[in-house]
Amino acid sequence: MTSVSDAVVLPSAEPSLLRRPRATTGFWSWFTTVDHKKIGILYGATALLFLCLGGIEALLIRTQLAQPDGTVLTAAQYNIAFTMHGTTMVFLMGMPLAVAFGNYLVPLQIGARDVAFPRINMLGYWIFLFGGIFIYSSIFLGGAPNGGWFGYTPLTSSPISAGVLPGRGADFWAVGIVMLGIGSVTSALNFIVTILNCRAPGMTLMRMPIFTWMMLVTAFLTLFAMPPVTAALTMVFFDRNFGTTFFDAVKGADPLLYQHLFWLFGHPEVYILILPGMGIVSEVLPVFSRKPIFGYQVVVFSGIAIGFLGWGVWAHHMFATGLGPAALTAFGLSTMLIAIPTGVKIFNWLGTVWGGSVRFSAAMLFCLGFIAQFTIGGLSGVLHAVVPSDTQQTDTYFVIAHFHYVLFGGLLFAMVGGIFYWFPKMTGRLMDEKLGKWTFWTMVLGFNLTFFPMHIVGLEGMPRRTYRYGSGLGWDVPNMIETVGAYVLSIAVLLFVVNLIVSFRRGQPSGDDPWDARTLEWTTPNPVPEYNFAEVPVVASRDEAWHRKYTEDAEGHLVRLPRGGADSGTAVATEPVSGKGAPPAEQGGGGGGGHGIHMPSPSYYPMILGAGILAFAYAAIYHSLLLCTVGAIVVLFAVYAWMLEPGTEPA
Amino acid sequence: MTTEIAVRTDEPEPSGTGLTNAKLAMWAFLASECLLFGAFISTFLLYRRRSEGLTPRDVYNIPFTSATSFILLMSSLTMVLALAAIQRGDHRRLRVWLIATCLFGLTFVAGQVFEFTEFYREGLKLSTNLFGSSFFVLTGIHGAHVTVGIIWLLSLWGLSSQGRLTKLDSEKVEIAGLYWHFVDVVWIVIFTVVYLIPQ
Ligand code: HEM
Ligand SMILES: [Cu+2]
Repeated sequence: MTSVSDAVVLPSAEPSLLRRPRATTGFWSWFTTVDHKKIGILYGATALLFLCLGGIEALLIRTQLAQPDGTVLTAAQYNIAFTMHGTTMVFLMGMPLAVAFGNYLVPLQIGARDVAFPRINMLGYWIFLFGGIFIYSSIFLGGAPNGGWFGYTPLTSSPISAGVLPGRGADFWAVGIVMLGIGSVTSALNFIVTILNCRAPGMTLMRMPIFTWMMLVTAFLTLFAMPPVTAALTMVFFDRNFGTTFFDAVKGADPLLYQHLFWLFGHPEVYILILPGMGIVSEVLPVFSRKPIFGYQVVVFSGIAIGFLGWGVWAHHMFATGLGPAALTAFGLSTMLIAIPTGVKIFNWLGTVWGGSVRFSAAMLFCLGFIAQFTIGGLSGVLHAVVPSDTQQTDTYFVIAHFHYVLFGGLLFAMVGGIFYWFPKMTGRLMDEKLGKWTFWTMVLGFNLTFFPMHIVGLEGMPRRTYRYGSGLGWDVPNMIETVGAYVLSIAVLLFVVNLIVSFRRGQPSGDDPWDARTLEWTTPNPVPEYNFAEVPVVASRDEAWHRKYTEDAEGHLVRLPRGGADSGTAVATEPVSGKGAPPAEQGGGGGGGHGIHMPSPSYYPMILGAGILAFAYAAIYHSLLLCTVGAIVVLFAVYAWMLEPGTEPA
Repeated sequence: MTTEIAVRTDEPEPSGTGLTNAKLAMWAFLASECLLFGAFISTFLLYRRRSEGLTPRDVYNIPFTSATSFILLMSSLTMVLALAAIQRGDHRRLRVWLIATCLFGLTFVAGQVFEFTEFYREGLKLSTNLFGSSFFVLTGIHGAHVTVGIIWLLSLWGLSSQGRLTKLDSEKVEIAGLYWHFVDVVWIVIFTVVYLIPQ
C-alpha cells in the first residue's frame, strides 16, 4: 500500500480531517516534519540514545565477567543483557545511524531538494522509534527477550506453554524485529527511488559520491534481506503462539531451516551495517588528504561485488551444524572470495592517503582508526572462513573479537568520524578538535583493551553466551583487562557526547565549507535551507564542489578559482552554485533563491500510521481482537487521510 | 523532487530511470515480496516429504481450487480492462471493471475460507503436522495479500465514484494493477507447487 499513498493526491485544498500542520520550526515541527535533514537528525539522535542503552547492557555483561564466577547478574539476567545488547546495537543503533547519515546526505550529495517520498521517509522513522520502544517495553510487560539476537530455534520457537524460554520476551523480539524490518524496507525503497530517480542534471551514476553509492547498495541489500527473516520470525511466532510445528523436530521439522533463513538475512545484514561506514570513510579520507579517492570505479564496483557476493556466504555461520563436506567447502570458498573486494577497498583507502597532504583532524583520525581496526577484524574473518579452524573458533570469544573489530572498530569508528566531519553542515558549528582527539585516543585504547584479549581467550576456548567461567583457566587476567577496557570505552563515549552537546551550544562557527571539501553538500549555505539548493545544480564532474573551487594551471598545480564560479576551465561547472555570484558565506536564499520553491508540507499521518502499526504489534502479543481492531481503524484512517492530503499544500 | 502531483500537469517528474517514482518504488517493493513468498514456498517444499499424518492427497479438492484459481486469473484480465478504461478516460467502464476485479478477488478469498474450513473439518489444523503448518501459513499470507488488494481497488472505485480520479490519475490504477497482477502470479506458482505437483 505504501507507494500508492504518496501517489494518490488531490488537487483541491478541501478541509481534511485534521488541520494540516504548518510549522516547520519549533518543538512540535519535529513530530510532523517531512524534511529529510530533520528526519536524518531524528534518526541520528534516537540511534545515539539506543547506543547508550546498548552500552549500558554491555557494561553489565563486562562487569559480570570481570572476575570468575561473577555474581552481578544471574544466568537469566545475563541472557537478557546479551540479547538486548546485540539486538539494540544491530537494529536500533547500527542500521538507524546509517539511515541517519543517508537521510541527511543523500539528497544533498545528488543535488536533490528532498527524497522521493518525504512522508514515507518519516513513516520509516516512526516505525523505527515505535519498534524500539515496543521491544524495550517488554521489560515491563512480562519478560525481556532472552534468546540471543539470532534467536535460534527450537529454543525460541518452543511453545509459550512449554516454558522453555520464560516470559513473553521471544514474542516481543520476533514481532519487534518484523516491525523494524518493515521500517527498514520503507526507508530502503525511498533511498533506491531517490538515488535512481532524483539526481540533479549531470549527476550520472559514476559521478555520485561514494557514500551515496554505498547507500544504494545497502538499500538493495535491505530490500532483499528483510523478507527471509520476516518469514522466519513469522514461523517462530506461530510456533510459539498458534501451535504450528515449523521447528519442532519431534514432528519431523528441521530446526536448521531457521538458521538458514536467519543467516540469509544475517550475513547481508553485516554488510548493511558496514557499507555505509565504508562510504563515510571514502568521503573523509580524500578531503583530509587533499586528493581524489584512489580508484573511484574500483571502490564502487567492489562495493557492488560485496553486495552480490554477500548472498552466497550465509552458511559460514553454520559450519558446526553438520552441513556436509560439499556445502562446507563451497561456503568456505565463497567466504574467502568475499574477502577480496573487501581487501581491495583497503588498498584504495591507503592509496588515497598515500602521498596526500594529510590533515589529522578528529574526523580523519577516526577514519584511519577504522582502516586499521577493520583490517584486523577482516583478517580474523578470513580465519573463520577456513572450516577446520572455524570449528575451533565458533561460539567462542574469538568470534566476539572478530565482529567487534568490524562493527565497533569499523562501523562505529566510521560513524563517529562522520559525525565530526558533517557536524558543521548540520549545525553550522565545528566540534571541538582537541576534545575530539582525546576521544579518539581514549576510544582506541579502550576498544583494543576490551576486544583484543578476546582473541586470546577465544582461541583458548572460552565460550560466548555463557554467564560465568571458572577460575584457574588462565582467563582471569584477560577478562579483567577487557572489563577495564569497557569502562575506558564508556569514558570515550561520554567525552564524545559532551563534545556533541558543548559544540552544539558553543562551538566555533564553521562557515559553509570548513574542510575545503569535494562533494555537493558543501556547496549549500549553512544552515542548509529547507529546499537545499536555491537552484538545482548542474553537475559537470565527479567531486563537483572541488572543481568549482579549483582548477589546474599549465604545470598541473592547483589554482583556486575566484569565488562564485568561473567562466574558464574545462573541469568547471557551467552553472554557478546557489545564488549567482554571491559568496558562499552569504546566508540562506542568497541571490533571491528559494522563493517560489514549494517544499512538501508537514503531516501528522506518518506518526498516526506508525501508531496503528504499533497497536497491531501489541495485538499480536496479547492475541487481542480489540487492539487489532483499533490498529486496523487507525491504519485505515491514516492511509486514507494520507492519500487525500496533497504532498505539497498549494501556497 | 517530491511527488508534487499537487501541480497538475502532464509533465513527467524528473526521473533517472524513465519510471515515475511511485512505479519504481512499486517494482522494488514487489521484488522484495518475491523473497517473502519465496521463503514460505521453500519451507513448504522442504517439509513436503517430512510431514507425517494427513497428506495433501487426503484433503485437496483440486477441481474446486482450480475453479477459484481460474477466477483469480480472470481478475487480472478485468484489471487490465480497468486500466485501459481510465487511460481512455472512460470512467464508467473503469468502475465496472474495478468492481468486477474486486468480485473475482472476493470469490477467490471466499473459496479459500471455504477450503480452510473443509480441511479443518477433515482434521487438518495449523498444529496437525508440518503440512498443515506450512500450508495454512503460506496460503493464508497470500490470502491476506489478496484482501489488501481488494481494499485498495475498492478505495480506487470509491475515489472514482466521487469523481476524484481523473484521466491523469491512471498511474494510480496502474500501480494497484501491478500489485494485483503480482499477487495473481504468485498464486500461479503456489497453485502449481502446492497443489498440482504430486507428492
Ligand atoms: C561498549 C562497547 C561494547 C562492549 C563492551 C561489548 C561487549 C560485548 C560482549 C562481552 C558480548 C558477548 C556476550 C556473550 O555472548 O556472552 C557482545 C556481543 C555482541 N555485541 Fe557487543 N560490545 C560493545 C559494542 C558493540 C557494538 C558497537 C556493536 C554493534 C554495532 C555490538 C554488537 C554485538 C553483537 C551483535 C553481539 C552478539 C550478541 C549475541 O551473540 O547475542 N557490540 N558484546
Ligand atoms: Cu557472515
